[in-house]
Amino acid sequence: MIEVLYFAWVRERIGLPRERIETGAATVADLMAELSAREPRYAAAFADPSSLRVALDQELADFDAPLAGVREVAFFPPMTGG
Amino acid sequence: MRIAVQLEPFDTGAELSGFQAGCAGGETRGETGAVVTFSGVVRNSASGDLAAMEIEHYPGMTEGAIAKFAAEASARWLLTDCLVIHRHGRLTPGETIMMVATAAPHRADAFAAAEFLMDYLKSRAPFWKKEITASGAEWVAAKDSDEAALDRWREEG
Repeated sequence: MIEVLYFAWVRERIGLPRERIETGAATVADLMAELSAREPRYAAAFADPSSLRVALDQELADFDAPLAGVREVAFFPPMTGG
Repeated sequence: MRIAVQLEPFDTGAELSGFQAGCAGGETRGETGAVVTFSGVVRNSASGDLAAMEIEHYPGMTEGAIAKFAAEASARWLLTDCLVIHRHGRLTPGETIMMVATAAPHRADAFAAAEFLMDYLKSRAPFWKKEITASGAEWVAAKDSDEAALDRWREEG
């Protein structure tokens, strides 16, 4: 089980802020493909990876990063702080 | 070093006084010769119809990311202290969103570190802004210029 978090428009498109997901996905990209195949709302949120960022256990990561040992995955748009 | 991510408004003047007093009386007593502060304010839209700015963040990651930027700034420049306060939640035009203060023996380090912290806060701290106007709500898009601003620190590093 992995904890998946969504922020900003990704959260709005998927319709919830976090969920626990049972997955055997090896990488972030695999998890995105698996969820996208599951329901259209995920496919809509993950359609354009260039507009997304991902963090693994609260550290920014790449889409090809492995999920082994990761407890928390977060998907969100490019950040707009300051 | 103090990092605060908070809902509540804060008084930039009081924060600056407290920060400077800390520099004068702390373990770096007497070493501070320059203090630079920056504050970010909610700007109204071009048409003046911004009702509010909603700021969402990633609790936990936000504080960790800012602490990392502050540690990086302290490694790059000779600083005696730094302060970052960033609000989240619903803010109205004119309200202070955030402030950065840096203290150093000399001003060049304080200015550079403040700019570095601002550039990283803009594009690498997990905050997202949403503008609420009479015609609806819209997420603020990240600017290419903000992303480009990070390059100079990579080149210099």
